[in-house]
Amino acid sequence: MSATEPRIPRVRLTERGPVLVDGPVEVVLPDGTAMHCDRPVVALCTCRRSRRFPFCDTSHRRRRP
Amino acid sequence: MTATASPVSPLLPPHLPPTLPHPRGPLSAHVLDRLHGPPGQPPAGPLPAPAPDHAPPTAWDDDLQLALYLCYELHYRGFAGVDPGWEWDPDLLRLRGHLERCFLTELRRVTDPLPLPDEALAGLLAADPGGPDSPSHHLLTAGERRQAAEYLVHRSLYHLKEADPQMWVVPRLPHPAKAALVAVQYDEYGSGHPERAHALLFARMMADFGLDPAYGRYLDAVPAPALAVVNLMSMFGLHRALRGALVGQFAAVEITSPPGAARLAEAFERLGAGPDGTLFYREHVVADAVHEQQVRLTVIDPLLAEEPELAGDVAFGIAATGAVEDRLARHLLTAWRAGRSSLRTAPRPAAAA
Repeated sequence: MSATEPRIPRVRLTERGPVLVDGPVEVVLPDGTAMHCDRPVVALCTCRRSRRFPFCDTSHRRRRP
Repeated sequence: MTATASPVSPLLPPHLPPTLPHPRGPLSAHVLDRLHGPPGQPPAGPLPAPAPDHAPPTAWDDDLQLALYLCYELHYRGFAGVDPGWEWDPDLLRLRGHLERCFLTELRRVTDPLPLPDEALAGLLAADPGGPDSPSHHLLTAGERRQAAEYLVHRSLYHLKEADPQMWVVPRLPHPAKAALVAVQYDEYGSGHPERAHALLFARMMADFGLDPAYGRYLDAVPAPALAVVNLMSMFGLHRALRGALVGQFAAVEITSPPGAARLAEAFERLGAGPDGTLFYREHVVADAVHEQQVRLTVIDPLLAEEPELAGDVAFGIAATGAVEDRLARHLLTAWRAGRSSLRTAPRPAAAA
């Protein structure tokens, strides 16, 4: 833990996969639903194919038809 | 620390050592015989070491795999009535060394030629690494409830100590990779919530299927192909020389887990599992989707940047994990398609106790 500056949450973009966000986070969906996730790192789906959206379930690995 | 904050009553099995299993041949009989007495005494007879020229055919045998499992379990929870001093008994360690060389030689043989780490990782990232011919596909499309229970019995030897074998590698990693691996492990142990530790989620799933979730309870029922999966992790974890292979094993499991876990959750639901009976695999779909990214980007990449000479070992760890998992998959599917049990003995249910 740094004594000099507050910890800034890290958001990491991956090549073709999810966005990795330091948890815990609250994710708000377009309809206003808020989802809480307190994992140390949360993988958010960017391909929109996840069956656990907004969380990644590795569905981005499937080739596009 | 208590777990009363959990909305679901957590099942916390008592932290007890398992009982010693029955021997499966001369090697395991020798180890069991020794463990009944005090450590530090020379063995009465010569070590029944496997003949080197027989190494390939005996490496996968029940006898060798159980003997190795017994040696390794001394480093985890030990066995009821067995002196903990056996963990560092020089004669037993010497025997363990023979068994390990036999297993390792065979693993090197079946994984030759090794791909480059990038190719090995790319292979794992295929949409469905197991292909349609995997136990999870079978359980989803044609599985029976007793086969799902058998699957849990096989996997219980690892999942009831999930993440433990990989902890051995932590002091052996350079710093950025070490911090990243521990971040994944923290999640495996429940991120500070003991009732969410993956091992406990697995115990709840076993109970949902009427199985006894006591640690090591089904050791006698589990055949060599499933013992080899756990022995591989213990061997890689306990040897600093194999730290690259352990990281490869860790990556392979985290990367290949989500598609299979999603199928198993669906299969178990179809076979009548309650919420506790699918929670473990539902958790792994999302958790391991994160872990695969963390392992590749924050463990393997920094480790190989620091110690590029470990690349071959990381690839070996990935390939060897595939080899033991393929062997277990073939064992399960062969037994199930023939209408047989895949276990050595029928597992006794929990409720009868």
